[in-house]
Amino acid sequence: MQVEEQTSSDAASMARSDAVKKMEKREAWSRRIPLLPALVFVILITQIPFILSIFYSLTEWTVNPPRPRTFEGFENYTFAFGDRFFREAAWVTAKMTFWAVFLSVLFGLGMAILLDRKFRGVGFVRTLVLTPFLVMPVVASLVWKTQMFDASFGMINWFTGQLGLEPFEFVSKQPLWSVIGVLVWQWTPFMMLILLAGLQSQSTSVLEAARVDGATKWGIFRQITLPHLRNYIELCALLGTIYLIQVFDHIVGLTGGVSSTINLPFFVFRTSIGGGWRFGEASAYSILVVIVTIIFATFGLRVLSGLLEGEDAA
Amino acid sequence: MSESTDVADFGSNRFVRALLSASTYLLGFIFFFPVLWMVLNGFKTEDQANGTPVFFFQPTLDQFRLVTESIPGRSSFGEVIINSFVIVLVSTMIAMILAVPAAFALSIRPVTKWRDVLFFFISTKFLPVVAGILPVYIIAREFELLNTRWSLIIMYTALNLPLAVWMLRSFFQEVPSELIEAARIDGASLRSQLTSIVLPIVAPGLAATGLLCFIFAWNEFFLSLQLNTSDAQTASVWVTGFESQREDFIAKLSAASTLVVLPVVVAGWVAQKRMIRGLAMGAIK
Repeated sequence: MQVEEQTSSDAASMARSDAVKKMEKREAWSRRIPLLPALVFVILITQIPFILSIFYSLTEWTVNPPRPRTFEGFENYTFAFGDRFFREAAWVTAKMTFWAVFLSVLFGLGMAILLDRKFRGVGFVRTLVLTPFLVMPVVASLVWKTQMFDASFGMINWFTGQLGLEPFEFVSKQPLWSVIGVLVWQWTPFMMLILLAGLQSQSTSVLEAARVDGATKWGIFRQITLPHLRNYIELCALLGTIYLIQVFDHIVGLTGGVSSTINLPFFVFRTSIGGGWRFGEASAYSILVVIVTIIFATFGLRVLSGLLEGEDAA
Repeated sequence: MSESTDVADFGSNRFVRALLSASTYLLGFIFFFPVLWMVLNGFKTEDQANGTPVFFFQPTLDQFRLVTESIPGRSSFGEVIINSFVIVLVSTMIAMILAVPAAFALSIRPVTKWRDVLFFFISTKFLPVVAGILPVYIIAREFELLNTRWSLIIMYTALNLPLAVWMLRSFFQEVPSELIEAARIDGASLRSQLTSIVLPIVAPGLAATGLLCFIFAWNEFFLSLQLNTSDAQTASVWVTGFESQREDFIAKLSAASTLVVLPVVVAGWVAQKRMIRGLAMGAIK
């Protein structure tokens, strides 16, 4: 790709450099070709809908009751900016994503530390902890709603009842935290696995040296282990955010869309095919969601590029 | 997962160690309990499941029989499982076929702007699926792909491809470049470099990546609900059909849930170590 500037005026060397250029070009293309099928596929499937959405967002298009589609410029956007419910959905998304990621990383770290020890059956316990991550989100939500959170049949209320507490309607009294609870239950194992891999990739010789130098366990943890885990924690936060900002299934399964749990994806869904049928408006919302997410993403990718730094040297 | 660094052994005391191990067991059990309870409820009668929790009961297979019976006007368990397996396996296969060469071009024989390309792949994961569903729906309708397996195969491939590229790249990163260089000097063609050197080293990584794609596609609900409500229904949509307003359903729902969760849970248990190595280790080299 980056062909060096040719300064020589010698004709022979010009001809040679042309040949070199050609070879370098061929070389560059032979490197690029394996990449192309995947790249083209992803561009087609993700960017075409995006461009269509931009077009739809500039139109007034209501399907139910059916009306002809009319072009109306940026009206949908001005409306969206003034929409209190849209802002609320954005706020719910921020709260839901932040707490779910934060708590699952925190608990994941705790579990990883507990599982990074030698004791009988450690693999078995790890398998138990891992399981919630594998459960289908819709199933997880329905099971939690009907069998854990429920005031009369739920296991949590049965247990707190044994302790003499009054039953509590989790899902209707605390819908947002019920959703966050199930998200944390499902994502803690994922974080635990990444952080466990991080813990076990520490060089034992460094730890040994610190121990020999008389460092306390807590000192070693704070000054060696935590800095070492930083990259892994960032990776957890990044992957968690990518997936949790899009939460939809849990909201459908647990609350069915009670107002305090309507995040941006659910909001867009409800405005369009989820009952609103105002396609133009919904498209404007989705474009705004994409823009907001891209702002977050650039921030996330900065973290990511920090992770990839120094790989060139290798 | 061989070396243990024992961060948590703050007390070298035997009693403290035992206590820590015991609490780890307890926490593990708490995490697993909702799944265990779901499975148990699947073996109860509706009366037992819809009431004060019972721990000891005569297990029955009635619910499993009920949910796997075919009911007219509703996709049967057999159809749904076949749909899910076909859609998920084909989409995973396509994703892998596309991702392997791409990951190769981002690691072993990198294009100049490999970092930008990798970021582009990852950044598409940030686009909310819900935001794109309308055009996807319209395009699928245009090409008559609604309620066919193909709509979901294509979408799941697109959903998993960035993750697959990312993970595979990190596995490819682990192939020592000297090995490839040596083979190249010996005159091995690109293909034989790939098949004889790269593939054997990354084979476990391929399996782990494929598995993660399998898990995410199998568990996907939103697209499946929007694009395939009648024909070619998948397991995740089928299972929600057991929630009912009219009658007790917890035992039936639990039995159905147990059935659809089983393939992924077993696969995840088997491959847990490799899965995580691909996500974590290679990514932070």
